[in-house]
Amino acid sequence: MSADPRERARRGSARIIRVALAVGAVMFLFGFACVPIYRIVCTHVLGIKLDEGPASAGKVDAFQVDASREVTVEFVGNVNSALPWQFAPEKVRISVHPGQMTLAWFDAQNVSDRAITGHAVPSVAPNTASLYFNKVECFCFTDQTLQAGESRRMPVRFVVDPRLPANIKTLTLSYTFYENELAERRAAQSAAPAG
Amino acid sequence: MATHAATHDHHDEKPEGFLDRWLFTTNHKDIGTLYLVFAFIMVCIGGAMSGVIRAELMKPGMQLVQPYFFNEMTTMHALVMIFGAIMPAFVGLANWMVPLMIGAPDMALPRMNNWSFWILPFAFALLLSTLFMAGGAPAGGWTMYPPLVLQGGNAIAFMIFAIHLMGISSIMGAINIIATILNMRAPGMDLLKMPLFVWTWLITAFLLIAVMPVLAGAVTMLLTDKYFGTSFFNAAGGGDPVMYQHIFWFFGHPEVYIMILPAFGIVSEIIPTFARKPLFGYRAMVYATACIAFLSFIVWAHHMFTVGMPLGGELFFMYATMLIAIPTGVKVFNWVTTMWRGSLTFETPMRWAIAFVILFTIGGFSGVMLAIVPADFQYQDTYFVVAHFHYVLVTGALFSIIAAIYYWWPKWTGRMYNEKWAKFHFWWSMVFVNVLFFPQHFLGLAGMPRRIPDYNVAFADFNFISSIGAFGMLLTPIMFFFILWHSKKYGAKADARSWEGAKGLEWTVPSPAPHHTFSTPPVIDDSALAHGDVTH
Repeated sequence: MSADPRERARRGSARIIRVALAVGAVMFLFGFACVPIYRIVCTHVLGIKLDEGPASAGKVDAFQVDASREVTVEFVGNVNSALPWQFAPEKVRISVHPGQMTLAWFDAQNVSDRAITGHAVPSVAPNTASLYFNKVECFCFTDQTLQAGESRRMPVRFVVDPRLPANIKTLTLSYTFYENELAERRAAQSAAPAG
Repeated sequence: MATHAATHDHHDEKPEGFLDRWLFTTNHKDIGTLYLVFAFIMVCIGGAMSGVIRAELMKPGMQLVQPYFFNEMTTMHALVMIFGAIMPAFVGLANWMVPLMIGAPDMALPRMNNWSFWILPFAFALLLSTLFMAGGAPAGGWTMYPPLVLQGGNAIAFMIFAIHLMGISSIMGAINIIATILNMRAPGMDLLKMPLFVWTWLITAFLLIAVMPVLAGAVTMLLTDKYFGTSFFNAAGGGDPVMYQHIFWFFGHPEVYIMILPAFGIVSEIIPTFARKPLFGYRAMVYATACIAFLSFIVWAHHMFTVGMPLGGELFFMYATMLIAIPTGVKVFNWVTTMWRGSLTFETPMRWAIAFVILFTIGGFSGVMLAIVPADFQYQDTYFVVAHFHYVLVTGALFSIIAAIYYWWPKWTGRMYNEKWAKFHFWWSMVFVNVLFFPQHFLGLAGMPRRIPDYNVAFADFNFISSIGAFGMLLTPIMFFFILWHSKKYGAKADARSWEGAKGLEWTVPSPAPHHTFSTPPVIDDSALAHGDVTH
């Protein structure tokens, strides 16, 4: 026990280095762990659905159409400034009953002279309503490739959950199309050996 | 270390030769000096960049530089000042003063100390070299928000590696400071007898270890998004750019306290000296510092109120942010109460410290204004924010560093500075810093956005005034350098206790402090500590 104080300090420092480096490593990994944590917090704590794919058929089939209530659904189509496309909803506003399966159309056109792959990122406002908005089929679930000058009608089939809080009268579904350069590069790479 | 231990008996034996003295040094005082010199050079570089910014903004319209170069200047000014000037200056002060204040012979890990300093010149060579590259330096703002930052050239890879190096340097510096404070205190120097500067640095070091790796992780994700086809923040690939802002500010808010807590410590050393009274509420100061450090982890989203958070989130971050005003208010109250009915004298360090208390409080108040969510929607990304963080970083952090240099300069060099010139330096800075930053509040409230090279003519007058203040401030490093050079060369000899009311262990060693101090631990006299007898 009566070790030299210098030796004691040296051993104490070694322990502090070990603990500090461990904390540093954990915090470095925490930076990456933020990616799943962010999704979990958004979905389960704040009640914001981050769209990943279609709502399950089982969930949607169980909805009863509530004919006594009408909800306005508005559509917005945006295009990222780096993407030479035109993109807009066919109807800006429709009225639906909660529980009723509805089909809406968006029109997209590639106005450039090259094939471009785009990806639409959806968003529902108000964000507290996003949990009650179910897309069964959507062009946003996959990449969309448009050849030069090509235009396409794009469908979205959705149903509003009848449990939608009564104070929400209007929902806005907006999409922003981004160019997915990554997918284009992958496509080019897989096409090259074949050709 | 072994060779140093062998030379301990020779009083004040410095290594011969430039390389042995500076490049291979393991001496805490020499490394502290290196950090401070490095920080001074970086202040000059970052200051020159702000000179370009204010010269362009002096009049509406584009006069001097291209918009892209302007954006490079705002980005690099921030990175250089934060990571190159303020943080290294505080680490340098810690290197110099922490061992002297706790009666330790050196830092706990002297060779790592050498390494953590000598990484920095390489990190900044990497960062500053981007200014001369094709495609230019990073220009997307120091916060490096994707997707904007990823649309720049390959300079961002250099910036990211520079940040990795700075992070490694800071973490090693922090480990060293924690190990020194926890292991190397002289017998009898209990934790709650430590000077407040040591306390604030201990807490700052914990913050550094906790958040610098998070920044390293965030910029690594940027790097892989740009070069390795990941989509952490790329919306088209399923990522989320807003998530970057959350991760960045989880680092960023503790970071702003990393840059202010040591300043609190410095001011808590200086004010008792020149008030000739023990620090009022020593324990409250320690707990308030710890409390601020804790709160810094749960307020990050107040930097991003306008991203579209749920109402509950906005309320939480608003109230948590306003809560910080309480421990900060405790500190300001204690500084004022320390001065209350003290026998005050106004030597230069005290003037800078009092200016710190007043001007930092102004920055704190504008911070509370920014914390209010509905108001912040108007203030977000305006010059009001610029005015706010320059009040806390320039008149806060930087003023405290200047105060610390004036305060401990006689201890470092054994010479006093010219009091008349130092006072001129103080009043010149005090006037021009306010001419520089105060009008920016009005510009922000009127709606002038930040990070723009050109603006509506309606903002012309206040911008003109602000630029005049900037040009005045640009002269202050030259003044400061001249005053310090003159003092080193011709200054009057300083006593060991350079200030009449100075207390604490650092004033018990001769001035200039010999190369090796406290080779045998000092005996602690409780009544000789800056905050008085705290044994009760």
